[in-house]
Amino acid sequence: MITRRSLLITGGAGLLAGCDAIGRSPATQAILGSADDTHKFLQRSLRVGRTALAREFRPDQMSPRFRVNGSATANTPEYAAHAATNFSDWRLSVTGLVARPLSISLAQLQSMPQRAQITRHDCVEGWSAIGKWQGPHLSRILDLAGLRDTAKYIVFHCADRMGGNTPYYESIDLVDAYHPQTILAWAMNDKRLSIGHGAPIRLRVERQLGYKHAKFVMGIEAVDSLADIAGGKGGYWEDHSGYEWYGGI
Amino acid sequence: MIDPMEDEEAPEALAPAPAQAPRAIYRHALATRIWHWVNAVTIFIMIGSGLMIFNAHPNLYWGHYGANFDHAWLKLPRFPGWATIPSHYSLAGARHWHLFFALVLGFGLLAFMFASLVNRHFQTRLRVTRADLAPAHLLADLKAHLALRFHDPENPAAFNIFQKITYAGLLFGLLPLVILSGLALSPGMDATIPFLTDLFGGRQSARSVHFIAMALITGFIVIHLTLVILAGPIEEVRSMITGWWRVPEEPEQ
Repeated sequence: MITRRSLLITGGAGLLAGCDAIGRSPATQAILGSADDTHKFLQRSLRVGRTALAREFRPDQMSPRFRVNGSATANTPEYAAHAATNFSDWRLSVTGLVARPLSISLAQLQSMPQRAQITRHDCVEGWSAIGKWQGPHLSRILDLAGLRDTAKYIVFHCADRMGGNTPYYESIDLVDAYHPQTILAWAMNDKRLSIGHGAPIRLRVERQLGYKHAKFVMGIEAVDSLADIAGGKGGYWEDHSGYEWYGGI
Repeated sequence: MIDPMEDEEAPEALAPAPAQAPRAIYRHALATRIWHWVNAVTIFIMIGSGLMIFNAHPNLYWGHYGANFDHAWLKLPRFPGWATIPSHYSLAGARHWHLFFALVLGFGLLAFMFASLVNRHFQTRLRVTRADLAPAHLLADLKAHLALRFHDPENPAAFNIFQKITYAGLLFGLLPLVILSGLALSPGMDATIPFLTDLFGGRQSARSVHFIAMALITGFIVIHLTLVILAGPIEEVRSMITGWWRVPEEPEQ
């Protein structure tokens, strides 16, 4: 039995090593990667899949302590200067396929109609934390800028620099950009958003995983294709490590 | 289409076979065989890639939320590379494997269930009868099992009560549980069908249930493979490929 068992274990390890080799081939990656589109298609095909609201919680259901993850701060001199002045001179740029490019101050974002929501933040690693987020609807900002018909995606350019001085960025499609819970949060748990959680504003795109919720957002760009931006896959982690662009599963 | 199983179960087929060359019987329907082997590969990949995903945050919680500062009911060391897909740390890579084969697992089970209702596999092979549950019969089956006699010499193709309970528990219990608890982890699905996450008592509870169901399925696989080896692996594997199974000689007959 011992030899049989060790044979099984060796065989199993061999199979796993085989999976590694198979997993590295571009064809396999293309096939496995197609599941991302399939899941998105299946979720969006469900009757309420496009407009369904993410679950919201009561205040007593919130996490006692909401951990910081990803970049704990944005490590550029420009960002440090904004942080030193409490983001009083910071402006959110809205560019790309819009009729009226905008430059919006934090005070202006705070004076727009607000949405506050207590939602669950689901990290791709598996943990969840529940917190309260407040800010204006992204859709309102896009309407103010006059999104052109050719725009298909909204890209979020961030202040944090990842390995090799690569800027963090993320993108979503218009289904999520116009979703009523998609906000640019400048407040969290009834306080100004801390630097650790992405000050001055963090995207909340509640039906997707944490890495889609871009922190330290400096600019919003409307585009018709993601192919020409950075690695072309629509986000830093998508380019860098092959995470799914659609983070809904 | 004639189902040879039906013939085997007919009373006239129950006469003890005279001592002669072993007779072969048609034991596994085509749908069962296809699903078995697709699923063997799928489950293997799902467990390996799932353990890698678990390694990204090897704590389990109950309730809606759960992260580093919250109380974890289970904290495990990371699973070693020989047990994970890929063998080096890659959460993104593991998710590609896991989310692709999740579709194979889910839709494969649906297709198998449909086929098994149509070809009457469920009705003829997995139905627990009153006779199965008679205490004397249960005891006799248990004794035979412990003596490593797995086949009723009078009806060798039939599943015994332990097999019926195990396979039915897997098909209608553990596999749906692992699929549904996995679906409940998706933030997109939680928005679309929130009752699913509620069923488990929150996303982190669903994640715990997902892990426990995986562990029970792994336990099933270990027992299943052990019993296949004890029952005669060559005949057993051959029958799961061709459908035909040679009835083993019963020494005491």
